Amino acid sequence: MGRIQLNKVTKTFGDVEVIPPLDLTIEDGEFTVFVGPSGCGKSTLLRLIAGLEDITSGSIAIDGNDATDVPPARRGLAMVFQSYALYPHMSVRKNIAFPLRMAKLDQAEIDKRVNNAASVLNLTDYLDRRPGQLSGGQRQRVAIGRAIVREPAAFLFDEPLSNLDAALRVGMRLEISELHKRLATTMIYVTHDQVEAMTMADRIVVLRAGHIEQVGSPLELYRAPRNTFVAGFIGSPKMNLIEGEEAAKHDAHTIGIRPEHIAVSADEGPWSGVVGVSEHLGSDTFFHIHQTGLAETITVRADGEVSFSHGDRIHLTPRADVIHRFDAGGLRIA
Amino acid sequence: MATKASRSAARLMMAPAVILLLGWMLVPLTMTLWFSFRKFLPMRGGDLGWAGFDNYARFVTSSSFWPAVYTTLLIVGGVLVITVMLGVLLALLLDQPIWGQGVVRILVIAPFFVMPTVSALVWKNMFMDPVNGLFAHLFKFFGAEPVVWLTDAALPSIIMIVSWQWLPFATLILLTAIQSLDSEQLEAAEMDGAPSLKRFWFIILPHLSRAITVVILIQTIFLLSIFAEIFVTTQGAFDTRTLTYLIFQRITDAQNIGLGSAGGIYAIILANIVAIFLMRIVGKNLDA
Repeated sequence: MGRIQLNKVTKTFGDVEVIPPLDLTIEDGEFTVFVGPSGCGKSTLLRLIAGLEDITSGSIAIDGNDATDVPPARRGLAMVFQSYALYPHMSVRKNIAFPLRMAKLDQAEIDKRVNNAASVLNLTDYLDRRPGQLSGGQRQRVAIGRAIVREPAAFLFDEPLSNLDAALRVGMRLEISELHKRLATTMIYVTHDQVEAMTMADRIVVLRAGHIEQVGSPLELYRAPRNTFVAGFIGSPKMNLIEGEEAAKHDAHTIGIRPEHIAVSADEGPWSGVVGVSEHLGSDTFFHIHQTGLAETITVRADGEVSFSHGDRIHLTPRADVIHRFDAGGLRIA
Repeated sequence: MATKASRSAARLMMAPAVILLLGWMLVPLTMTLWFSFRKFLPMRGGDLGWAGFDNYARFVTSSSFWPAVYTTLLIVGGVLVITVMLGVLLALLLDQPIWGQGVVRILVIAPFFVMPTVSALVWKNMFMDPVNGLFAHLFKFFGAEPVVWLTDAALPSIIMIVSWQWLPFATLILLTAIQSLDSEQLEAAEMDGAPSLKRFWFIILPHLSRAITVVILIQTIFLLSIFAEIFVTTQGAFDTRTLTYLIFQRITDAQNIGLGSAGGIYAIILANIVAIFLMRIVGKNLDA
């Protein structure tokens, strides 16, 4: 069981308020992702939940029990660190067994759990190696193994994939999602990568400067971002935000239209501009359009076969039903 | 140094330094080797000719040889135990964020800059003097009989003086090693349920093992040759005669240069064995 509740939690370092009063409930079994730009307080929030930092005021409850002053080891949470934090002088087996040894389990039980975790994570062949002899992905799996043997109430992941190369990242992303489906344990995952957030999360918490900007499922955030910050942060490439005359036509201060919701054409469409850089991904092509009179650059997604050259004047047609409208304060107009 | 020309130019320019250093080392070494095979008694007839391995045999069969080896081991071992243990504790302490960290660290290192002769004299006269020393005053304050340190507890006193000199070195090396420990490892251990004592035992101490080895080996080389501390305190009396001091006495007191030189060669071999281990470990550290 792992229902985590934060009540008016704050954190200050000296005079700097990193987390202003914050309320959040993470339901049992949920995969929650904290996402935000660097320095938004997402890692600090995770460390507060873990107990590695003391909260300045407010309270944290795990499964309904107040855990505010409970030391990290007794909160029943397991954490996977960005650097993996494996113990370099211990073999993989000893690394995974370490929390069990600290809990003074008997040797038979330790062996059973370690072997079980190793087979789940495909680490059986590497149990006697040292972390230094493993690849990045394998180290990552050892770190996860060390977390799952404890059978914690919740897993905490602190940007676990940021040290891996792109291909491995995609693979580990799937493995962690798979693990969550199988264990059905609460997981809290911190990342600055909105793709990881979108693909893995049941629920995303978008943070900026310690404030929660929006909480919702990936598609809720994609379809109805609550403000321009979330609109710009969720979705790749970023949503085009247009101010001024064009926005006024829609009775808004700012309108947002995603690159995938704009059609391109050589000769017809309400907007027009000059093609700058084109990024060809094979399946899709992203055009960066200048001189539209709307914004400095408008990004457009087109089919991979569409081809325009640098300097071509083309026309754009936004899909009217998916234009997001925001007021002067950046908040969404329903 | 890519081209042939620049490489030979570099060799040419390095040559004076290399030749000077080699000469500086080789001349005394060769002379020691030479004298160790001679029967050379400066006050009793001078160089009396070839001696073969007589000096080597006499040096090790002398009744003072094994006690000197034993004393040397006691001093080296005692100082190593004290400096490594206190060094680890001090390094842990200095790693904590404290006010005036920079000043405190310099103060801790300070004893290393004091010359051995000076520090031994300071300890002998200011701390350990049975009448005027601080220890004597301290003992008298509590109503106890002052200890005559350098007579009744000569060896522990010397170990204490030398430890005081070498503690900064150990602390410094161990402190840098502690600072290189990834803090996430400690946090991970904390989350894994290891209280601070177990974190020290399972995480910090293994992390320090290499630094400790380096401290032990470097100190061993220097401790094998301590001399000034004994010379200005006990002069080798009260079971404080080390191998180095024995060699010194063979040459100056007994006026037997051949015998002393043979002892010197033994010391060179001993120091080199330690040095080989040291270079292998330091080399491994640099590779990793």
